[in-house]
Amino acid sequence: MARLGIDVGGTNTDAVLLDRGEVIAWAKHPTTPDVSSGILAAVRDVLAQAPLAPPEIRAVMLGTTHFTNAVVQRRDLARIAVIRLGLPATASIPPLEDWPDDLRETVAELAVILPGGHQFDGREIAPLDWQALEQLAGELRRRGVGTAAVTAVFSPAVPTHEDAVAEFLTARVPGLRVTRSREIGRIGLLERENAAALNAALVPLAEQTVRAFQQALSELGLEAPLYLSQNDGTLMTAEFAAHYPVLTFASGPTNSMRGAAVLSGLRDAIVLDVGGTTTDGGALVSGFPREASFAVMIGGVRTNFRMPDVVSIGLGGGSLVGPDGSTVGPQSVGYRLSSEALVFGGSTLTASDIAVAAGRARFGDPSRVAHLPPSVVRRALATIDQRLTELVDSLKTTPAAVPVIVVGGGSVLVPDHLEGASEVVRPPHAAVANAIGAAIAQVSGEIDRIVSLEGQTREAALAAACADARRAAVAAGADPASVTIVEIEEIPIAYLPSNAVRVRVKAVGDLRGG
Amino acid sequence: MVWELTEAHVEALAIGAGILGTGGGGNPYYGKLYVRRLLREGRRVCIVAPEEVPDDALVVSVGGMGAPTIGIERIHRGDEPLAALRALEQYLGRRATHLVPGEIGGANALRPLAVAALAELPVIDGDGMGRAFPELQMDTFAIYGIPATPAALADIEHNLVVFPYLRDALTLERYARAVTVQMGGAAGFAFPAMSGAELRRVVIPYTISLAVQLGEAVLSARREHADPIAAALAVTGGCLLFRGKVIDVERRLAAGFARGTMRLEGLGDDRGSELRIDFQNENLIARRDGQVIAAVPDLICLVDQETAEPVTTEVVRYGLRVAVLGIPAPAMLRTPEALAVVGPAAFGYVDVEYQPLSGIYGGDRLAAERGAATQ
Repeated sequence: MARLGIDVGGTNTDAVLLDRGEVIAWAKHPTTPDVSSGILAAVRDVLAQAPLAPPEIRAVMLGTTHFTNAVVQRRDLARIAVIRLGLPATASIPPLEDWPDDLRETVAELAVILPGGHQFDGREIAPLDWQALEQLAGELRRRGVGTAAVTAVFSPAVPTHEDAVAEFLTARVPGLRVTRSREIGRIGLLERENAAALNAALVPLAEQTVRAFQQALSELGLEAPLYLSQNDGTLMTAEFAAHYPVLTFASGPTNSMRGAAVLSGLRDAIVLDVGGTTTDGGALVSGFPREASFAVMIGGVRTNFRMPDVVSIGLGGGSLVGPDGSTVGPQSVGYRLSSEALVFGGSTLTASDIAVAAGRARFGDPSRVAHLPPSVVRRALATIDQRLTELVDSLKTTPAAVPVIVVGGGSVLVPDHLEGASEVVRPPHAAVANAIGAAIAQVSGEIDRIVSLEGQTREAALAAACADARRAAVAAGADPASVTIVEIEEIPIAYLPSNAVRVRVKAVGDLRGG
Repeated sequence: MVWELTEAHVEALAIGAGILGTGGGGNPYYGKLYVRRLLREGRRVCIVAPEEVPDDALVVSVGGMGAPTIGIERIHRGDEPLAALRALEQYLGRRATHLVPGEIGGANALRPLAVAALAELPVIDGDGMGRAFPELQMDTFAIYGIPATPAALADIEHNLVVFPYLRDALTLERYARAVTVQMGGAAGFAFPAMSGAELRRVVIPYTISLAVQLGEAVLSARREHADPIAAALAVTGGCLLFRGKVIDVERRLAAGFARGTMRLEGLGDDRGSELRIDFQNENLIARRDGQVIAAVPDLICLVDQETAEPVTTEVVRYGLRVAVLGIPAPAMLRTPEALAVVGPAAFGYVDVEYQPLSGIYGGDRLAAERGAATQ
């Protein structure tokens, strides 16, 4: 029952092979512009180390920042049509209204609002206007639009209009791929519509990329199913990911924290991921990252994805150290650490040099930092420790000391004793925590709807929502026996005396046959 | 004094209104985008100081009522309050000459501006709350005797309901909520109507200016890497009540309102202390280690401890790191007749005695500076 986890980051591509939860091989290679050759190199490397044949690998899990980067860098994005169903409501804010101009110009071919959508209680706002939709189909054909996003008001609760329009347009516009907003977002029309539009712009790239991933794996004789990790730390099939690439956004920090949880065996802890330039801190609650509650901006676009609540500070292995040691960061030599740091023969005093001088780390040439005055080293260490202590404290949810798990390339900066930490845990294989997080991921199902408590009890309404979430998890590939409800959130609808409640339920289970 | 609203003002106003929302009032973001678009299309909005309004003016309060959770999904058509205004005008047989916001805290700070842009009417620099409150009888218009009716509501289809007469604002509150549910959970309103002379007697002055200045202060502090919280306090006349981390939020549904309690654990100078805040959509009572340190109608505002971005009671959750601002209520809310409606007892806290925070509400300060005599 082996699993292969792969993490394609901006700098490195990591691969790790897990057998019954144990790491049996791992490798780190530079990410390549075509992505696939980096994956091939890393996977070849682990397969060469491993005492098992490719057919024994039952599943391949891949985490990637490829699609996030495409949005941030405005490259490889398709021209899209954004279709909203909501008139006469929603007219005050047209689609893409608050997007950065450059992104809107890059992707927007067409944006329309048509009649449709539902009220919170399930009534139709307006029937679909088939004549207008027929005209729209003609316009899409004439302009050669290949990808579209459809968003209907309250579609997370009532999907019928979104589905009907997606089917109608797919049948009439050859080759059109349609993103349905309810598949990727929750209640919050503009944010869900934005995410659907970003997704539509990424679909052609995603189809091509997923195909390239699959080809690379089959070249290696790996025929196991491929999964991609999502922002909530769970998996989707490669086929689904080709349609919904936007769900990979922010999977990196989530995988890193999930990996840290599994490697350390801790379910409630603070995780510090120390890189070259920054340290990202997050909190694990019952083995999953605590989520941020604010709208998340991606490439300048407001979305409502659930992202891990990560606090970043400008402190990493490459942070510049002031001459007297009283300042460390936020400026950093970044990826040039291996040529610019003193211990590597460079001429810049970095946090890594301090760690070596103080004996916290052993790498490079220690004789090149022997000349540093002890007072400077002491002061710099105190500065580093204080900033880490403050970060840990700001992440804690109770005053009690908590375990701190340290991962990432710059983890040598962290001392063995940190104020506020009950222990500092440095799990083995921490350098490939992301890939491990991908490899151990489960599958989930989620529902988000507004239910009225008139005519039904609260218990009955919650039970129905839980059953639907379980069904969604099984549909996503979970073993029915392993599915559990991990999250139930009830938010009373303020200012509305009809006893309506917004209910969000998430169910998670182990991958079938994984 | 008359001034014209710019895009920059709208940007600042949305932040200021969010903070003055004291945890509720709905998100001003959606109204901001709408007003910004109307300005970009060439429409104009003029803001008029209360003392410039002629005695015989017909001033109408307009805005939206309903659930913010509906408003983030079923975004407004935009002109619902205008439809309500037209219905009210038809009933009265007179055209409105000025508009006034009912509530400067939250989404309803922006919506009258959109109606003003569409109807080409000026907006009074002031409002009926100086903050946000959960119910409409809690505005100074009702408190100081402006009849609640006639009143009009309109929905996304411009279905209209006009109430020619209801006994008082509390009765209107009940009828209007029931109609709003039928209207899909959110509706545009136009009420009450009053003369210019009446408006000057009952309005809380200069609150649009206050919200704009508050937003500008926060934005410029962020740009200059200064402390946005200190900037917010200077403009509003408030004090820093607490810095801390949310460690518990308990919510319960009570008669359509999100009531609840949150607990914060102190950080920095407040380490070792605990702050407990009771809320009903808006924050009502703050207790530090069991002692009441601020109470409604004074403003208790949660903001992000770094950016001063407002944190609403709907999104507040475990682990958020916040600063709690205490802003003295407008003088108009501190009279005995106002406290009977918006004091702690009115929210069920019969054992909490209202001890006013020291300082002067920013809007009152602006009024004093401009030499406006306000009653």
